[in-house]
Amino acid sequence: MSMLQPAREVVLSTRDVVVAFGEKVILDHLNLDVYRGEVLGFVGGSGAGKSVLMRTIIGLLPKRQGKIEVFGVDLDAATEEELVAVEQRWGILFQQGALFSSLNVLQNVQFPIREYLNVSERLMDEIAVAKLEMVGLSPDVREKYPSELSGGMIKRVALARALALDPELVFLDEPTSGLDPIGAGDFDELIRTLQRTLGLTVYMVTHDLDSLHAICDRIAVLAGGKVILEGPMSAMLASEHPWLKAYFRGKRARMAMTAEG
Amino acid sequence: MNDDSVLRSRRDGDRLVLTALGPWTAVHAHNLEPVIEAQTTNSQPVRAVDIDLSQVKPLDTFGAWLIERLARAFSARGAETRIVGLPEDYRGIVDEVHGANLKPAPVPVETSRILVTLDTIGSALVSVSNGAVLILRMLGAVSKALGRAILHPTKFRWTAMVVHMERVGWHAVPIMLLVTFLIGCILAQQGIFHFRKFGADIFVIDMVGILVLREVGVLIVSVMVAGRSGSAYTAELGSMKMREEIDALRTMGFDPTEVLILPRIVALVISVPLLTFLGSMSALYGGGLVAWLYGGIDPDVFLSRLRESISMETFLVGIIKAPVMAFIIGIVASVQGLQVKGSAESLGAHTTSSVVISIFLVIVLDGFFAIFFASIGI
Repeated sequence: MSMLQPAREVVLSTRDVVVAFGEKVILDHLNLDVYRGEVLGFVGGSGAGKSVLMRTIIGLLPKRQGKIEVFGVDLDAATEEELVAVEQRWGILFQQGALFSSLNVLQNVQFPIREYLNVSERLMDEIAVAKLEMVGLSPDVREKYPSELSGGMIKRVALARALALDPELVFLDEPTSGLDPIGAGDFDELIRTLQRTLGLTVYMVTHDLDSLHAICDRIAVLAGGKVILEGPMSAMLASEHPWLKAYFRGKRARMAMTAEG
Repeated sequence: MNDDSVLRSRRDGDRLVLTALGPWTAVHAHNLEPVIEAQTTNSQPVRAVDIDLSQVKPLDTFGAWLIERLARAFSARGAETRIVGLPEDYRGIVDEVHGANLKPAPVPVETSRILVTLDTIGSALVSVSNGAVLILRMLGAVSKALGRAILHPTKFRWTAMVVHMERVGWHAVPIMLLVTFLIGCILAQQGIFHFRKFGADIFVIDMVGILVLREVGVLIVSVMVAGRSGSAYTAELGSMKMREEIDALRTMGFDPTEVLILPRIVALVISVPLLTFLGSMSALYGGGLVAWLYGGIDPDVFLSRLRESISMETFLVGIIKAPVMAFIIGIVASVQGLQVKGSAESLGAHTTSSVVISIFLVIVLDGFFAIFFASIGI
């Protein structure tokens, strides 16, 4: 936490967020800030509530208490228009892609553009194809339906759709899960490149140690419903917390590091 | 729309200098596009173009692409086009779109109206015959599985069958009783209302008895089952197909027909006759009630008249159709379920087809039964 540079703009902040299902408290007075232009990796054990926090921030789950601000807008106090404006400035990549199965690739990417922007059919086509090319897909896939795509292609199309409106903040839910190591590496690189070209802020829920090493500027660790540590990789490696030790300095972690050199 | 506020143009000898101003982003794209359009269609001769981006802030993919489109249009007219004053922050995005959209979009092939119509008719016919083949194939597969189950009764999925019987049979009892009861009431009421005009009220009992036992009971129950359980079968099998559960079964050496389809169909074949029986009784009860309360025909009279007008044959003619109807509903539902492709839309379409085709076949079959029974004189 000492790593923070005072001048950086906070695009997302959660304060004292409590989320519980019945008696089971998942997030317990959680605080987290995400700064403009960074890639934040959010880690934690399975079932610790990483996805719960993401779903709470984007408004899919209700919270018991606390405050969430995105781009300085308090999402609870925001009017309908303010919420829509915020939603146009963020993009979300769901774990399984969540492509619309009855629309083809091009229509999937165009969907938010068609709904929110009043632009010509030609521009929509050109932008959608440009986005597909940006995520490394050949425009030949434009007519395909999600059921005809491989897992890696689904993730890429979903990323293109998440980026359709040129959002400032992108949520990625386990972007590399289900991809082979080479595909996962490529995807990491793609996220990094896009983040630099488009000036994105990335909030990434992940389990992939390689991704954490390769592209995250900062890592936040969730345990017991709270963020127990946030900082760069070096801070993670220096920590003596038993879970962190096991996670970042376990066998798989060492392999990930050796692979990196 | 004032063009100058987003793109200012200035002549500098034979050089055209275009200066982009302000925000060039997604939300402004609908204002920017006509400006770009106006510049590209402007046919004044031009030797060289400078596009100055030093005063753009912010710039995103939409803006960068429109700039790129502008640059390409001038290049295509033979003008030497340069982008100048590009802030370092936006170099990445401008370079990125520079390589985009180089491949022309596929042009949809024009075909004549007549050909399209012929094509539609042709593919409709093909799909009908394919549907018939699929039903026959499913009949074969189910018969084979049934044969194997008879030879090896321990291999049959008894538990699954009982579970499905509970769902399609037991849970359907209340709604079937209610619907057939109401149908019985309506038949009796209509009969009494019209027969009374020529003093033939008593024949209402004959009509209700024969109609309910021979036709209406089994038809209503079959239609209800097709809508209630046939659709559920299609949706279940379809979503299993979508999630590759059926492929998983197959690779583990199980036959989906044996594991998933046979127990479902057997459950239907057992449940529908029972439901038909209950439904017919409920319809007769409803008819009797209305005859008593509305037509003034005493229950004793109703019962004795009913005994005279119907025979065991009447009842059997109706009930014998029930398992056949159940079988065809099950077959159609399974065929449609296995035809589901990856999309949610496909699941919906096949569930609809399942219900429509099974109700259609139930009615057609009922017609064949009527002809058959008439020709053997029952």
